[in-house]
Amino acid sequence: MTIHQQVDFDDNVSRALNDSQLIKNTKAAMGTLVAKRKAIFPDETEIEQLRTLGNALKQKALSKLPQLLEQLEEKCIQNGIKVHWAETTSEANHQVLDIMRSHGATSLVKGKSMVSEEMELNAFLQKNGIEALETDLGEFIIQLNHEKPTHIIVPAIHKNKDQISKIFHEKIPNTPYTEDVAELTAIARKILRKKFNEAEIGLSGVNFAVAETGTLCLVENEGNGRMCTTVPGVHIALMGLEKVVEKLEDLPPLLRLLTGSATGQLITTYVNMITTARKQGEKDGPKEVHLIILDNGRSQIFADPDRRQTLQCIRCGTCLSHCPVYNRIGGHAYGYTYPGPIGKILNPQVEGLKAAGVLATASSLCNSCEEVCPVKIQIPDLIRRIRNESYSKDPASTMEGHGYKRNLLETLTWKVWEKINTYPVINAVGLKILSVLGIKLPQIGPLKNWTRYRATPELAPKSLHELVKHHGVDHE
Amino acid sequence: MRRYPEKPQKVYYFGTCLVDMMYPEAGMAGIKLIQREGVKVIYPLRQTCCGQPAYNSGFPDEAKTVARKQIELFTENFPIVVPSGSCAGMMRHHYPKLFANDPDSERAINFSKNIYELSEFLVHVLDVKLEDRGDPINVTWHSSCHALREMRTTEDSKLLIRGLKNVNLIELQNETECCGFGGTFAIKQPAISAAMVKDKTDDIRQTGSARFISGDCGCMMNISGALQHDKVQIDGQHLAEFIWERINDNPSTG
Repeated sequence: MTIHQQVDFDDNVSRALNDSQLIKNTKAAMGTLVAKRKAIFPDETEIEQLRTLGNALKQKALSKLPQLLEQLEEKCIQNGIKVHWAETTSEANHQVLDIMRSHGATSLVKGKSMVSEEMELNAFLQKNGIEALETDLGEFIIQLNHEKPTHIIVPAIHKNKDQISKIFHEKIPNTPYTEDVAELTAIARKILRKKFNEAEIGLSGVNFAVAETGTLCLVENEGNGRMCTTVPGVHIALMGLEKVVEKLEDLPPLLRLLTGSATGQLITTYVNMITTARKQGEKDGPKEVHLIILDNGRSQIFADPDRRQTLQCIRCGTCLSHCPVYNRIGGHAYGYTYPGPIGKILNPQVEGLKAAGVLATASSLCNSCEEVCPVKIQIPDLIRRIRNESYSKDPASTMEGHGYKRNLLETLTWKVWEKINTYPVINAVGLKILSVLGIKLPQIGPLKNWTRYRATPELAPKSLHELVKHHGVDHE
Repeated sequence: MRRYPEKPQKVYYFGTCLVDMMYPEAGMAGIKLIQREGVKVIYPLRQTCCGQPAYNSGFPDEAKTVARKQIELFTENFPIVVPSGSCAGMMRHHYPKLFANDPDSERAINFSKNIYELSEFLVHVLDVKLEDRGDPINVTWHSSCHALREMRTTEDSKLLIRGLKNVNLIELQNETECCGFGGTFAIKQPAISAAMVKDKTDDIRQTGSARFISGDCGCMMNISGALQHDKVQIDGQHLAEFIWERINDNPSTG
């Protein structure tokens, strides 16, 4: 596990809320993604059935996860793919480095991989004298600008065309300023083509790994994934251990859910199915394929029956696109690899509550994420669970950092709340006293956070309990 | 879709804590709308809160103690009508989870099966016919997230509004997006919540409506509070109170 400093989330949020360009770019892009998803899934009954199927397929895979991982390893080995197990991100980083060193390689071309972000692989390789180049256009842009992705699917979506033009002009030597999209793309293409040809090693993520056949499935739209996995002599694939599915026949519905939810596409431009390295007599493809399977806290999540569903996630990013909070603060504010609703439940479980538990406060529990999740992860319930664990001193809790937030004021507040609402007499008398005395709620403590933006709530002179008695409603 | 029962002789009414404290007229209007159909309304006086504030804030034990008290009060197998999509959602969809592995589990499940949000009950069980006696008015409708995505009763609410002949319902832009209330979310993340309610009030202003109608007092308190804070003359009103006002010459419920 990477040790992170506690993110100053409040600070990040206020900075984001004041960045009107960021919010404008994010909202516009998310609006487009939401509309595209809606257009590809027009029939509510059909998408509901498909989501139920997606949920069942991922649950099935998780129900026999250890067995499927073993089967995957066995099949991969049979197919000539070398399999490495990494318990921590540090182990995974060293595995990549070792493979590179064994080939005397100093450069790497990368397809998009969130697991590599989780590992902070680029920084690690750089420290070890290796250049890792992002080849997904969005990742390429933010790498130029030394930023992290703001979205799982569209990592540079917080930048508009003008900003990208400026980045290209400033960061790529001898590049004249242009706002022409075709020209910008051509500039990137020229650089990337050269690098694809030169690089000794290509790295990619994995969307689904099929246990039955040992097939690594990778979807993408730019062809850069195919270049990374076919041109260099060695291909390294990175996957979280939750990416395994049982059968090849499980893929079509999951692919449809993934691409439809992510970008509103029926299918991506490229669907790569990688099963072996180059065989004797074949003219292309890498001579060596490695698969690194990362745990990084996932088996802890797997061990808890309620939290296990977190691992159903297929990283489509649609919960981000639909989230009213993400739409207003963008991805960087979350401070961890995975932003948005999935990040609110995943980061605290991987990084520990003390580091990332605060993310769970950033939800109004509006259920937008749950409504669209292609594999029906009950994100709001898991947010509640994390909130609960943040205060819980239960020694049986398996969540790292549980109880970190426990404090006398909140504990006492909710105890008093419980008593008031358990003994209606206190409730009625208390309410009466408040309503007789000044009617307004006091502007103290946490209520100040309310009244900074809103008028002070007023108590009614007579409660419904009193009105009911007055009107002779049968009140038992 | 949910299967609805025949019109019953008696119903329970769960007023919700927020209606009790802040919007009792709305609660009373809901009761009168049911009584108007010849159904007897029983309001157990020892009722307090559904428990959602603690449940959503990470204090499920406290929520459960309060929830258990409510379950104990509504002993007969009558429909329990709730003038809030959010509190109804809590009692209908979350009580079974809250009481999983509890000796009261079955009781909680049976209780939850009796929960109806007010507008779905008026539409599907009571099949109300409303005669509008009010002057022409433009209104817009704000749906709470839990009415929309848990109880799924938003269309029923809008159907009732559309049934009022002098009322022009102007649809809200971004209608399905949260207003930023979220209970303690508004206190824990005040700046994000404020950004959300600002967008909601902007959308409401865009409609040019004199009033916005909602079925949930949490949202209403949030949105009206923000409108008042910004000195905007648009009132929020609970659906029940709005309907009661429209169909009566002398609408007082107080």
